[in-house]
Amino acid sequence: MSTPDTAISMLALAQRPATGFWRRALRHRSFVVGGALVLLVLFAALLSLVWTPWSAYDIDIAAKLKPPSSAHWLGTDVFGRDIVSLLLVGARATIAVGVIAVGIGLSFGVALGLLAAARKGWTEELIMRMSDFTFAFPAVLSAIMLAAAVGPGMVTSITAIGIFQIPTFVRVTRASANAIWSREFVLAARASGKGAFRITTEHVLPNILSVLVVQATIGFALAILAEAALSYLGLGTQPPQPSWGRMLNEAQTLLFQAPSLAVYPGVAIAVAVLGLNLLGDGLRDLLDPRLARER
Amino acid sequence: MVNVANPNILLDVQNLGIRLNTSRGPAQAVREVSFSLRRGETLGLVGESGCGKSITALALMGLLPDSAVVSGSIKLEGRELVGLPDADYCEIRGNRISMIFQEPMTALNPMHTIGRQIAEPLRRHKGFSAAAARKEAIALLDRVGLPDAGRRVDAYPHQFSGGQRQRVTIAIALACQPDLLIADEPTTALDVTIQGQILDLIADLVAERGMAMILISHDLGVIAENVQKMMVMYGGTVVESGATDAVFSRMGHPYTQGLFRARPRLGARKGTRLKTIAGTVPELADLPTGCPFADRCPLVESRCRAAFPAMVRVGGDHLVRCVRTDVSMANLPEVLGA
Repeated sequence: MSTPDTAISMLALAQRPATGFWRRALRHRSFVVGGALVLLVLFAALLSLVWTPWSAYDIDIAAKLKPPSSAHWLGTDVFGRDIVSLLLVGARATIAVGVIAVGIGLSFGVALGLLAAARKGWTEELIMRMSDFTFAFPAVLSAIMLAAAVGPGMVTSITAIGIFQIPTFVRVTRASANAIWSREFVLAARASGKGAFRITTEHVLPNILSVLVVQATIGFALAILAEAALSYLGLGTQPPQPSWGRMLNEAQTLLFQAPSLAVYPGVAIAVAVLGLNLLGDGLRDLLDPRLARER
Repeated sequence: MVNVANPNILLDVQNLGIRLNTSRGPAQAVREVSFSLRRGETLGLVGESGCGKSITALALMGLLPDSAVVSGSIKLEGRELVGLPDADYCEIRGNRISMIFQEPMTALNPMHTIGRQIAEPLRRHKGFSAAAARKEAIALLDRVGLPDAGRRVDAYPHQFSGGQRQRVTIAIALACQPDLLIADEPTTALDVTIQGQILDLIADLVAERGMAMILISHDLGVIAENVQKMMVMYGGTVVESGATDAVFSRMGHPYTQGLFRARPRLGARKGTRLKTIAGTVPELADLPTGCPFADRCPLVESRCRAAFPAMVRVGGDHLVRCVRTDVSMANLPEVLGA
């Protein structure tokens, strides 16, 4: 198995400088699978803008709870709406919630976490105590408070979920950034005359990127689930706008009559979350030069 | 801003004191350290862990934690560095004063190619273009003896061995042609066979570029072979200083003598035990009022503990911080022969 020749070629492989991101990316199994699943969800959302088999909003009580057929590929729900169309249109809400909520959490959280790690002292103390304070309010509670103030809806739920994600990102960022700040190469960078800002952007951020990518994929999954929970409470996506979370919650009351109604959105959520996690894993490997070997 | 007294003096440190706030209360990590260095001169700092060598080096670089209180004066060509704003210090670090670190495995950022890391200070301090900096990086890698520099410049730190990485960190430190190089135990983490090569490389480069160097080590052999002047540190202060030859031939402080006795030797009779210095290094948080070495010194008497001893001149530039040099230096033949 391990002849000298293979050992030498493996060594050559390890010695080769990391070039051709896409070439390596296409050989990375979890990156490819994850990317395909994410593209599938994106494609569904885009497709729904131009075409759906049926309208996702038209109610046809006569055709309610139909099993899969050539007309309705996955059947109909309790209001007689076409499941396939609902899933396609629902993907839009799911992506919007995930991307925007994680975007809010990531941008504010990482900025504050990096600032805390770079400045230390009372700046760090203030930022961390503020995130403790925010963290103490569950997402659902802050969404309820926000809904009471500005009215329920998708924007409200996205904002609430996004704000709820900030302290998580602050903590993860600060903890990993502090670990990088105490490394000797940061001292060496300071010894070569770099200021705190350049050290943060050139040394700290690239080294914690893998952690952030993984946290972002987890955050995306949590956002989708939180949106489902908020929709259930009537605080998220408002009817008739479909979302996978709302479909899941509507199916809950009919779990014994039509179990498949819960399965379809459930599978859709699982596919999106799985795809993102695999994509995140793949990105983490591909962004790290030490792990940049083909597998 | 030229030192009127002596224009040749590059670095002038007077009465440097550093107080650190540790979890065990304030600690006087360094006190009464004074020395000066001309261009091209090399100075060795020797002492065991926790004696204040590395803290002194970090103070010269202005890299102490914010909570540290620095007193005294550090002048680079007459310009006072103590209390200099960080933005101004950034212009000096890596440009006028550079540093090589102990641990080459961790002193390089794993996420960037070594070429980029060498080019960085050139672009920052000297305004090189990306292409010029890359060319200079290859030339530097070639100079520090990295084979196949043109191809290896795009490799990442994990693709190099420890010795090669230390060559890379040396290239980074030398990139801007600094006036002063601080090497903090540059070979401690390396194989013995590589140690000599790296030290020779550093010595060659120092001579070639006319830099001043401060070499920090706990290894008396390394100090003896590589520097012109030396300072022995103990308990945060300099206990003996002078020309390397003078210190080794007429060591005056009981601590220096103890260090010398404790080193292993070739040709010693089999089964000979190394002589150790009894006791342990004092905690910096509660140093005694008198001589920091008093508790471990074979020659201790009551006046050693009464007051912090002053430096005593025992010849030329050779200074010893001991009140009993008459006795300790009378014992010399025994120490050197041991």
